[in-house]
Amino acid sequence: MGTGMTAGPTVIADWLVVLPVLLGLIGATVLLLSRRFDKVSGAVAVLFVVAIIAVDAALLQRVLVDGPVAMIMGNWLPPFGISFAADVLGTALALAGAVVTLVVLVYGFAERSATRSADGYFALVLLLLAGVGGAVLTGDLFNLYVWFEVLLIAALGLLISGRRVAQLDAAIKYGFLNYLGTTVFLIALGLLYGAAGTLNMADLVATAPRTNPAAMAVVGTLFLLAFGLKAAAFPVNSWLPASYHTGSPAVSALFAGLLTKVGVYALLRTLVTVMPGVGDFLMPALVAIAVLTLLLAPLGAIAETNLRRALGFFVIGGIGMVLAGIALGGAQGIAGASLYILQAMLSMAALYLVAGLIETVTGATDTRAMGGVYGASSLVSMLFLVLLLGVAGVPPFLGFWPKLQVLQAGIARSGLAGGGPVDAVALLLIAAILLNAFLTLLAASRLWAHIFWRQGPLHDGVEGAPLRHQHLSRREAWFGGMSAFVLVILILGLGLWPEPLLRGSLIAAGDLLDPARYLAAVGFGGVP
Amino acid sequence: MEVALAILAGLFFATAIWFLLSRGIIRMLLGLVVLGNATHLLIFTAGRVTREVAPIVPVGLQVPALATANPLPQALILTAIVIGFAMFTFLLVLAYRAYRTLDADDTASMRLAEPEDGPRPPLSY
Repeated sequence: MGTGMTAGPTVIADWLVVLPVLLGLIGATVLLLSRRFDKVSGAVAVLFVVAIIAVDAALLQRVLVDGPVAMIMGNWLPPFGISFAADVLGTALALAGAVVTLVVLVYGFAERSATRSADGYFALVLLLLAGVGGAVLTGDLFNLYVWFEVLLIAALGLLISGRRVAQLDAAIKYGFLNYLGTTVFLIALGLLYGAAGTLNMADLVATAPRTNPAAMAVVGTLFLLAFGLKAAAFPVNSWLPASYHTGSPAVSALFAGLLTKVGVYALLRTLVTVMPGVGDFLMPALVAIAVLTLLLAPLGAIAETNLRRALGFFVIGGIGMVLAGIALGGAQGIAGASLYILQAMLSMAALYLVAGLIETVTGATDTRAMGGVYGASSLVSMLFLVLLLGVAGVPPFLGFWPKLQVLQAGIARSGLAGGGPVDAVALLLIAAILLNAFLTLLAASRLWAHIFWRQGPLHDGVEGAPLRHQHLSRREAWFGGMSAFVLVILILGLGLWPEPLLRGSLIAAGDLLDPARYLAAVGFGGVP
Repeated sequence: MEVALAILAGLFFATAIWFLLSRGIIRMLLGLVVLGNATHLLIFTAGRVTREVAPIVPVGLQVPALATANPLPQALILTAIVIGFAMFTFLLVLAYRAYRTLDADDTASMRLAEPEDGPRPPLSY
């Protein structure tokens, strides 16, 4: 054994790994102190998020060229210090999260023009972003738990700001169930520490196969429950449509873009990289959860009349898609799952932003009271249509490519293409994905037809007279409309030119499936 | 000793689940407190119970001379206590506000965000 400490201080360049989180935390502190100055706070928040985007982009550039980068806190040698380890998947998700946060911040300026209050909104947004950055960049499972709690407290603060009575109702359900989820995660960590003696992800890769398989199976099952709850996978998804729609559109867009994705990322990281043996053991459960989530989510969206609650079910359906990718496995499947997380961050947030515009134009939250918005605002209708098609996985939008990757993985495994034995599980997952795409398209086109296409709300089965719609104020059009437009253009552009993303997703999947480079970066290179 | 602590943690978990299955918010809050303590006890036991020897490395040595107590579970539990206490306080205030505003401490009567008799979706298209 060495001394347990590294000799010199950390190289300055390696500070890049923690900088996204550090900037977020510093920004949150500064904004909390200056929360009485709402106008300045907004500009400061935007500056901090732009800095975080720049740092994330630099880190992604470095990770793509050199492979994973790690930093250990306090100069301890691994596994004693808390390690931060950035690989392609984590860094890309941190970057996407920061981009979504920037767009949502700018969008929020339109909403906040009327009510100026020292509610700490900007500080909480920065704290949420710091939590996302920490969760996707950390290399330590206990640290991941801490970031989950940071996310939870920031999300609760945002969820209740606005003082509508329904928000209290939503926050109670959201708070209790999510706190329960993180506690289940903590229970799993206690058992894992008792069984394996370490909570460092890289260390666990080597330790987990030597640990009592029964104990690891329990830990893995608890992980599946905890992260499934966080990600709103099927049997534990009811908190999401009960809470997301009560906040302001900007807040629900931020939640839809960031929160559930961190849960499913954690599932991907733990079951595929850290404990692949347990992942195989849990595969039947994972397949069942994926299929049921894929099928029930769009059915929920069809049955829902509240616009943003219906969108909540699309968010859940996206989680089912990622789970299907994990269940199919292989480089293609994992790459598809990774890329789908990224695309869902962008498109789900954009959907909620456009839903906010629709609510402003119609003055309603229920689709039964909407109609004929196409005539009032064709731009909003086009943005919404593009996003709905993207979510359903219609080419050439971004949502199509990861779905194609997952389907290719399924076809390769099913034995349909090259002879070989027929794999019933793969066929089941393929069928579920295709049915999900069909049902999502059905739900999406119904939404679009009800909000935009028909003249007015139904009265006794007859379309009523066209409604009077409000025009977006100049401020709403500039901040709200333009920010949603930019995000949709980004989604469209990435969909038309997916080559870098597809290549990046395969690199990410390679590091997830064979973590040799990741281990070497953290300092376990010599250990087989 | 570990067996006794494990059984105690199990009893704590059972109590917490019994409380959490209730519809009353106050009972659910009590359940969360007991659940948190059960988890702390579990981490403490998982770190193995040893003699009370402080984990201090003598001058000149790289590792402690004797078998010492494991300091890591204490660090983990301390973090979890701080976080759990903050979350509990927040949820307590939230429950109080909900009681004042909605006049309800029963989750079955809290249906503002999800209306109970939801309207049927339109059948056109």
